[in-house]
Amino acid sequence: MMQHATPEPLTMFDKIWMRHRVLEREDGQVLLYVDRHFIHDGTAPAFEMLRKRGVTPRAPERIFATPDHYVPTDTRKAEDIANAEYRGMVESLERNTAQHGIRHFGLQDDQQGIVHVIGPEAGLSQPGMLLVCGDSHTSTHGALGALAFGIGMTEVAHVLATQCLWQRRPRTMRISVEGALGFGVTAKDVILHIIATIGTAGATGYAIEYAGSAIRGLSMEGRLTLCNMSIEAGARAGMVAPDEKTFAYLADKPYAPKGAEWDAALARWRALPSDPGAQFDHEVVIDAASIAPMVTWGNSPQEALPADGVIPDPMAEEDPARRQAMEDCFAYMGLSAGMPVAALRMDRVFIGSCTNGRIEDLRAAAAIAQTGKVAAGVTAWVVPGSAPVKRQAEAEGLDAIFKAAGFEWREAGCSMCLGTNGEIGTPGQRIASTSNRNFRGRQGAGVRTHLMSPEMAAAAALAGHIVDIRHVKGAG
Amino acid sequence: MEPFISIRSNAVPLVQSNIDTDQIIPARFLARPRDDDHGINFFRDLRFDAAGNEIPEFPLNRAGWRDARIILGGRNFACGSSRENAVWALHGWGARAVIAPSFGDIFAINAVKNGVLPIILLAEAVSALMAASIAAPEAEIAIDLPEQTVTAPDGTVHRFEIDPFAKRSLLEGLDELAFTMTHEDDIAAFERRFGRDNF
Repeated sequence: MMQHATPEPLTMFDKIWMRHRVLEREDGQVLLYVDRHFIHDGTAPAFEMLRKRGVTPRAPERIFATPDHYVPTDTRKAEDIANAEYRGMVESLERNTAQHGIRHFGLQDDQQGIVHVIGPEAGLSQPGMLLVCGDSHTSTHGALGALAFGIGMTEVAHVLATQCLWQRRPRTMRISVEGALGFGVTAKDVILHIIATIGTAGATGYAIEYAGSAIRGLSMEGRLTLCNMSIEAGARAGMVAPDEKTFAYLADKPYAPKGAEWDAALARWRALPSDPGAQFDHEVVIDAASIAPMVTWGNSPQEALPADGVIPDPMAEEDPARRQAMEDCFAYMGLSAGMPVAALRMDRVFIGSCTNGRIEDLRAAAAIAQTGKVAAGVTAWVVPGSAPVKRQAEAEGLDAIFKAAGFEWREAGCSMCLGTNGEIGTPGQRIASTSNRNFRGRQGAGVRTHLMSPEMAAAAALAGHIVDIRHVKGAG
Repeated sequence: MEPFISIRSNAVPLVQSNIDTDQIIPARFLARPRDDDHGINFFRDLRFDAAGNEIPEFPLNRAGWRDARIILGGRNFACGSSRENAVWALHGWGARAVIAPSFGDIFAINAVKNGVLPIILLAEAVSALMAASIAAPEAEIAIDLPEQTVTAPDGTVHRFEIDPFAKRSLLEGLDELAFTMTHEDDIAAFERRFGRDNF
């Protein structure tokens, strides 16, 4: 009888990677096949690159498009977009997708939305898939147990033309969050805590698998929030092993496999989780109980503090370059050492984005919103992540709660997360934002962004300043 | 793509860590066509004030560094957004190489695809190059891609590692898409094997 060697235990990342290898070069470059290519209204240059070569998309049936970056959130009419460049981006997506037979969830489509919200919501993003999109927050889709990452425009053109992408295998990192999350602590706080712990370049060159009881305890939407910000730790990708929650989430989705294909898919998906004993290149373990509701104070997502914390002192920084950088940041952000985070007064509040624009996020924010009114002088927006999220929220009466409390209830899009559509703040404004980046100028030149969870943002809207959600009525 | 073999140039230091691609090119310029001059928007809001006047203290505006073709960056240079416009802006401004202790992952990939060489050196080596550049803005650094070396103004030679495929692409100015299309048979065979799985 032949002896079979015990197969080496594999990580989920390895299994997905190996399955998508078209070919491997001796120098270590691998040509990977892409299951799903999401494109948005910033993709015009990639289509232009193809046009110049006379090349057409190889697998239009694997490409799904929606406008999100340049769409206004006060209208659904492309012709009403005042800025000709922005209107041109939205219209060119419509034109390019029509020309090549690509499914386009257009501005008036009932499935339009932020690309990273609609992929999972439509069941287009599935376990075991390799997904790419010309946007760094593509890591979001890893929450389904997929390998998903952001690519540049030349790569987008390459994937359009070949449905493949050259990659070098990243290293693997497992981040295990063990134990129970405290009251008021959300997936957003978990990822902000992780980034503050490992640093904004802490996972550069790695694909992260999030594991542990606290991660398994998160809802699918929480896992999407978690994976979304993997890039903010520098990671190539972030992923969570699929489980019964994943399968239940996908079961009734429009693009999920049906009938016999569902059964076959389920069998494949159940084999995806990392094998016992699988080796990761790096392991991080975090105690869930140590995670507090978080707020960022600086211009990097790693600069985050518990909501009851105080702004650090640059003088405590020994490295003069870092001290200088902190002082520059303080000048930009209008901060002083020792100031309680709760003293930060807000001018605006933005609830939305691919990080926190899903229905559970809006429910959590509405639970707070219904306890009061938006503070005088604060402009607060709720921008649903997609048209389906908006409809669901309206069916539940959340829009009425927000509006009664003084929030503006808007249409789906990326909006103030990065302001590509012109929806930005004015210099000096301080914004409580549920988005993913607090970079200088991200929400408009001179604007000061503080990242936090939807509950915390809603509470900040009512109070007019940051409040620790653990002390707020209606929280949790 | 324009090949990259070697260059010799002075270098402009951007000492801060974690400079993100939103700084390199603000989002409001992302809708500009690919063939536009993105160089004018390179570090737009750090280079110019709201009225469009140069901010004299910003390194790119200083005499001696305005024509530099090498950027010396801090840790995690060009992190954040995947916007390839960051590379187009850097290239449009005139830079052909960036030397830093580490890079934003997507930026480094985008750079190679546009003929811009990202070089990782130890932080101490980058700091020394920055110090030399600050002491003498005209001091030249030599980069030799075939030999994988950076030669400092004082003659110190630093060897750097680079992915062999990236090296080849840069040296040849490889048209990666045309190259991949020579593997069309492999892709088609894969698609037949894969069938309806993952669809």
